[in-house]
Amino acid sequence: MLVIDNLKASINGKQILKGITLHVKEGEIHAIMGPNGSGKSTLASVLAGREFVDIDEGRIDYFGKDLFEMAPEDRSREGIFLGFQYPIEIPGVSMVNFMKTAVNEQRKYKGLEPLSASDFLKLMREKKELVEIDSALTNRSVNEGFSGGEKKKNEIFQMAMLEPRLSILDETDSGLDIDALRIVANGVNKLKRQDTSVIVITHYQRLLDFIVPDVVHVLYDGRIVKTAGKELALELEEKGYDWIKREAEKNEVAWTVNPK
Amino acid sequence: MEKDNDKILDEVTSGEYKYGFYTDIEADQIPKGLNEDVVRLISERKGEPDWLLEFRLKAFRHWQKMTMPGWANLKIPEINYQDIIYYSAPRQKITPGSLDEIDPELKKTFDKLGIPLEEQKRLTGVAVDAVMDSVSVATTFRETLAEMGIIFSSFSEAVKEYPDLVKRYLGSVVPYTDNYFAALNSAVFSDGSFCYIPKGVRCPMELSTYFRINAANTGQFERTLLVADEESYVSYLEGCTAPMRDENQLHAAVVEIISEKNAEVKYSTVQNWYPGDKNGRGGIYNFVTKRGICRGDNSKISWTQVETGSAITWKYPSCILRGDNSVGEFYSVAVTNNHQQADTGTKMIHIGKNTKSTIVSKGISAGVSQNSYRGLVKVLKNASGARNFSQCDSLLLGDRCGAHTFPYIEVDNQSAVIEHEATTSKIGEDQIFYCNQRGISTEDAIGLIVNGYAREVINKLPMEFAVEAQKLLQISLEGSVG
Repeated sequence: MLVIDNLKASINGKQILKGITLHVKEGEIHAIMGPNGSGKSTLASVLAGREFVDIDEGRIDYFGKDLFEMAPEDRSREGIFLGFQYPIEIPGVSMVNFMKTAVNEQRKYKGLEPLSASDFLKLMREKKELVEIDSALTNRSVNEGFSGGEKKKNEIFQMAMLEPRLSILDETDSGLDIDALRIVANGVNKLKRQDTSVIVITHYQRLLDFIVPDVVHVLYDGRIVKTAGKELALELEEKGYDWIKREAEKNEVAWTVNPK
Repeated sequence: MEKDNDKILDEVTSGEYKYGFYTDIEADQIPKGLNEDVVRLISERKGEPDWLLEFRLKAFRHWQKMTMPGWANLKIPEINYQDIIYYSAPRQKITPGSLDEIDPELKKTFDKLGIPLEEQKRLTGVAVDAVMDSVSVATTFRETLAEMGIIFSSFSEAVKEYPDLVKRYLGSVVPYTDNYFAALNSAVFSDGSFCYIPKGVRCPMELSTYFRINAANTGQFERTLLVADEESYVSYLEGCTAPMRDENQLHAAVVEIISEKNAEVKYSTVQNWYPGDKNGRGGIYNFVTKRGICRGDNSKISWTQVETGSAITWKYPSCILRGDNSVGEFYSVAVTNNHQQADTGTKMIHIGKNTKSTIVSKGISAGVSQNSYRGLVKVLKNASGARNFSQCDSLLLGDRCGAHTFPYIEVDNQSAVIEHEATTSKIGEDQIFYCNQRGISTEDAIGLIVNGYAREVINKLPMEFAVEAQKLLQISLEGSVG
């Protein structure tokens, strides 16, 4: 469903992504790991369509469509969901109102009638149970005064409401205690279908104990320097990133000496 | 990124004014200019008693000695008071004996504004006094209300039918000496609404006045007098619009409210005068004096205003809390966009014991507009146990607009408790993107965010109008963010 081909992107003139190629098929879970500053969140921003990232080169196809031709809101309506690393507070806007607008915008895009108030509330109730989110949270303003854990749970709740085809979870595990981590991971697993895919961006292996990836990529200095099965995550946990860095730098030298 | 943001802001703030049409109707006008003869002429046209002419003349003579105040945080081009028409009445072929006989052209105008004058078409539970330029053209539900002893009529009719009531209260809250524009209004006011709720009566419907400026080169100077006798309750609304014109037009109204013992008055305004075009040409100068007095013990006055229109808004709906345990409230959302300016807020004067006031002001600035909150909380010597809570928030869209807060606190009683909170925030790109990522377009996102920000105030409006106000907020900022 997603084909990223030789993506190069910069922020304020500094190239962060230096040629990413990545294929995600329907039903797959990909983990993207890597040390700080390797470009993980930038990749998420590019996929969601943030304006501060400039695309220098490459292309991204999403279900055969050029992703760069799509406005951020259309990407969402087409089923791309970004779980934010730092979810944003919107004071005074109730979760109910926010989600209702989001869900109905998506329906409008698909040519469907908006949900009636009662159908919408029913949907909300179902999804709340599914992701085990506290009812009180959805009665409050969007993320306002939520704890770190509550914000992350709220992201998963929104994911449940919008039923995306492709979910990108940007460090959803950061700031979570083990119980919250389990709830969040359970939510993601329950929402997983044969035709949906997930990209999990994380520093740590522990989330991957709960959300088991099909493929693990290591991102370093704007490039994917290693791709392997789920066992790679365990290896990283054990040995850290240094050996990857050394390996990558060796390759870098090799490339420079003997360019392909 | 900066550029995109500007583009976005431009788009959201350049929405069209939807009430800018003009009704071609013959008008009975007096010539431009202002002098004692004009004041006499207005009084004569209205067939007024001598005491009212006297009131006007005293006010006029006082006004002549005054100069326009310059302390507001506003840039006001010089106003030529001799270049204004002070009386303009749409001419109706016959004097309407009932609502069915109103000139169809007028009816059509108000229909277009969403204010049908036929009672059966009206939102249930709202009575309307429709004022065009200098006169009231229709008042609905008068008979229904009269059965309960409620008087709801145009000001001119009240002068004829209830002269004692008008005489007793006119100028009792806002004397003609109060300020420059109150003096001017007292001299030349032409119409407005009068409302009296008798003892122990809870007014069963919303009362409202809809002000429409239509004729060119005219000023609108109307007067509203609202009296809630002991143990009574009324909720009152005013709305206003004007055609789009390149010239500025002056609207200088006076609103007086009297709330007697145990009475409660809720006064809501949705102000949508023509704000001028994108470049700041044209628009209404809205210089209004609004004040209520909580005369009796346990009385209450609550002001709610949603200010989206006018080139310049300059007003401070205020409460004099004279009765013990009386309560004053002020909830305000003021939106300025493009070249609009606003200097608005309130005054809460605590005189009685255990009086309480609440101020919630939400300013929203976009474009190159300037938006100021100015408020006074004054506690007099004998006002023991006075309490005030003030909250003044400013929201900025873009970086070319300004938000200012001028709170004044004067306390002469040690037991008073005064709290003041203030915040300034910018509508965040992050917030907009967060909405985008959930499938919400930027324009809708701004609507959501701004309405969320103003929710506390919007919630104070009567239901039907809260929905209107929400839409209005969104429209006012249309094009200001993309």
